[in-house]
Amino acid sequence: MKVSIEINGTTVSEEVEDRTLLVHFVREQAGLTATNIGCDTTSCGACTVLLDGESVKSCTVLAAQADGHRVTTLEGLRGEGGDLHPVQRAFREEHGLQCGFCTPGMIMASVSLLDHNPKPTRQEVRDGLEGNLCRCTGYHNIVNAVMNASGQEVQR
Amino acid sequence: MSIVGTRVVRVEDHQLITQGGTYVEDLRVEALTGAVHAMFVRSPVAHARVTVDASAALEAPGVVAVYTAADLDLAPHKAGPVVEPWLADGVVRYVGEPVALVLTEERYQLADAAELVDVDYDPLDVVASIDAALSDETVLFPDQGTNTLQTTGGEFDDKAFDDCEVVVTKTILNQRVAPAPLEVRGAACAWGDDGRLTLWLSTQNAQISRATVAKGLGVDAKDVRVITPDVGGGFGAKIGTDPESVVLGWASKRSGRPIRWVETRSENLVAMTHGRAQQNTVTIGGRRDGTVLAFRLEVVQDAGAYPRTMFLPTLTELMATGVYHFPKVETSSRAVVTNTTPIAAYRGAGRPEATAAIERAMDLFAAEIGVDPAEVRRINFIRPEEFPYTSPTGASYDTGEYAKALDKVLEAGGYAGLRAEQARRRESGDPVALGLGIATYVEITGGDSGGESGRLLINPDGSVTAYTGSSPHGQGLDTTLTMLLSDQLGVPMERITVRHGDTDEVPRAIGTFGSRSLQLGGSALRQAADQVIDQARALAADRLEASPDDVELVDGAFQVRGAPASGSVTWAQLAEEAELTADVWFGDGSPTFPFGAHLAVVEVDTLTGKVVLKRIIACDDAGPIVNPLAFQGQRHGGLGQGAAQALLEVMNYDADGNPTTATLADYSFVTAPELPDFELVDSETPTTRNLLGVKGIGEAATIGSTPAVHNAVVDALSHLGVRHLDMPTTPLRVWQALTEARKAN
Ligand code: FES
Ligand code: FES
Repeated sequence: MKVSIEINGTTVSEEVEDRTLLVHFVREQAGLTATNIGCDTTSCGACTVLLDGESVKSCTVLAAQADGHRVTTLEGLRGEGGDLHPVQRAFREEHGLQCGFCTPGMIMASVSLLDHNPKPTRQEVRDGLEGNLCRCTGYHNIVNAVMNASGQEVQR
Repeated sequence: MSIVGTRVVRVEDHQLITQGGTYVEDLRVEALTGAVHAMFVRSPVAHARVTVDASAALEAPGVVAVYTAADLDLAPHKAGPVVEPWLADGVVRYVGEPVALVLTEERYQLADAAELVDVDYDPLDVVASIDAALSDETVLFPDQGTNTLQTTGGEFDDKAFDDCEVVVTKTILNQRVAPAPLEVRGAACAWGDDGRLTLWLSTQNAQISRATVAKGLGVDAKDVRVITPDVGGGFGAKIGTDPESVVLGWASKRSGRPIRWVETRSENLVAMTHGRAQQNTVTIGGRRDGTVLAFRLEVVQDAGAYPRTMFLPTLTELMATGVYHFPKVETSSRAVVTNTTPIAAYRGAGRPEATAAIERAMDLFAAEIGVDPAEVRRINFIRPEEFPYTSPTGASYDTGEYAKALDKVLEAGGYAGLRAEQARRRESGDPVALGLGIATYVEITGGDSGGESGRLLINPDGSVTAYTGSSPHGQGLDTTLTMLLSDQLGVPMERITVRHGDTDEVPRAIGTFGSRSLQLGGSALRQAADQVIDQARALAADRLEASPDDVELVDGAFQVRGAPASGSVTWAQLAEEAELTADVWFGDGSPTFPFGAHLAVVEVDTLTGKVVLKRIIACDDAGPIVNPLAFQGQRHGGLGQGAAQALLEVMNYDADGNPTTATLADYSFVTAPELPDFELVDSETPTTRNLLGVKGIGEAATIGSTPAVHNAVVDALSHLGVRHLDMPTTPLRVWQALTEARKAN
């Protein structure tokens, strides 16, 4: 079937199998490989992208379901002129990543979290990121990154 | 001011936060054009005779090839004393063992084709636990006659504990866990027209992988090039290369096609090596005043179906006595095979098990004599004046300040106040009990006695390229090494590039594991830079018409000591004139011994069994800190992973050898809400065993945190009669322990 999705402002139209997952469409058809696959049970959040502005795990959405919709991935987060998104900047400043594999999903989930709750408490950040696993950081600096991005104090 | 010791954000991060990394699955290189996709058909049963019929699968759409053991013409390879087949050959011995390899044109064709591979499994009796293995009722490798494939020590003295007023003995399970890096295993490979294989591999160690793959394929090492792209975590389980990589290299040659392979998470959980899996029996004896007189540790290592890594139990023996000076020590170990996934290194590899055993033993002893666990530890510490200290098991500790580390965390945590709060809750009958857990640890880093390579080149424009044999995968070593070189050479960080993980660029190396990278890889580059500075100084002396001894390097330029006005020469000027380069092997290889103390605070709901980790206060001393940002990050990660083992992680099998935690929906990965903010206390005790004075930090915090949290949970329940419960301390376990204690009272 033919699927057309606007990804980071550009429409990608491709013929795909019905069962094609959104994450594969983004990675293979659109050629955007920041979005990672970490599991096969919708558990890890590595594949998190924004679908019409809401965070979804793209391994659990069919490309067909996103037909005609708008997707944002990590690559589409930078502003005009290449400025880092505040969440990207904060992950770097607070050492919110180590191996970086969870990071694209973690950043997208954090963007969505702050959209809904611009001044979260540390506990709200932890609860909000429950669906995103990180094996490296122990989460401490990820929480700091989200606090930093929201203009709040961090605990180094 | 020196940049070393300051908080520098990582040079690695820009790419990772804007475009994501380039992990194996992201590779879009030309050599992989037209690559086929690969999937291993894996055994769904633990022990069976197998016959494979691939004919139906070969007819499926897009199938390029299906290979089984019958097709492979590779010499067999050994795991310990037995042969581990590349693909199951007649018998499967664990769920997840590769049975066949399927290659298809398109990714989505893989699962369909794999399903059509017809494998007949004729069940054999299953050995699913250490106890079953020890009984030898069913023997996995009949040739061996027993499931115990390695035995060490065990010459025990019957009278060892005769002088003791108190003796406690306990068998402590160090449960099997899955390393589960967030990036699963993956590889891509292609043979060039020059007859060389290029293998892109998610590994911690390109050079060891090259050696393994070349040996497996029966080709010369120079005919294999291994490249590690970005690696999404390793935790010890990606130290070398698994049999899958050899099979893929072989299949690429046989089929004449480049290959891409990435496993699924469910496959990863059953087919990547697991960690820990020890059953440790401790016997500890001493006087009622708190002095320990004798300690015995008996290790039984579950090696899984193929004993790939036999150093884990012996490393546990080596580190058995931890931070204590005990007059009498005895150890033994056995490694047994079972019908489960093979066991290998996992963050700490052998040392967490030793620390968990001794730290639990100290608490058991403290409880028996009714002395505070902190006090019992203080009485038995090796004292600062005793270093260097050779332990009874033969480890040569360099430096340590064990009592200081403990005092620091107890003070930072407010230990006295916490004990008072605990007593208050107990008196009031509060159903939410408070528990305090202490662990004091010593860790061995760079313990493989190998060195590391370092090569340095000053480019004609004065920029620097450094090649390290270490191969980081999240540790931030690029930044750390860049900082060290910038400081030493006086060249700004942005003019320095660190390269690693390509065997053509770095042919000789040992790689990243055992927390060895900074102390050995960093020392190698320090040495290479020293040599390059010497070369440059000689050249500069000519130009400045001075003696080399009078020439010094100041802010990245060479000048005559005491006479800066007489002119200076830059790196670029010198590099234009002659090649400035050095290629060294830092071969000292003596291990170092980081140490620390952790205090964990938990709340346990005695009505439901639920444990909440409230605080972790950690002192991890690994000598001088180059980049506090990366240093703290390593500690955070270690604390999280170590606490997770105590609280919730376990890889379970049923009696038939079926894994029951084979997806991330079942395997309890620790998530953000389950961990507290970490409270770090700093301390720096240098070593004299390398050029930088540094020790490793990658595994340290994992080692201390597991027993600290474990001890805290037991401590919370101690007033109710609980002396011990095994990890993970899930609500069910806690509740069962409480029920048993209530019955006993
Ligand atoms: S890959 Fe989508 S949740 Fe894990
Ligand atoms: S940084 Fe490695 S998994 Fe999060």
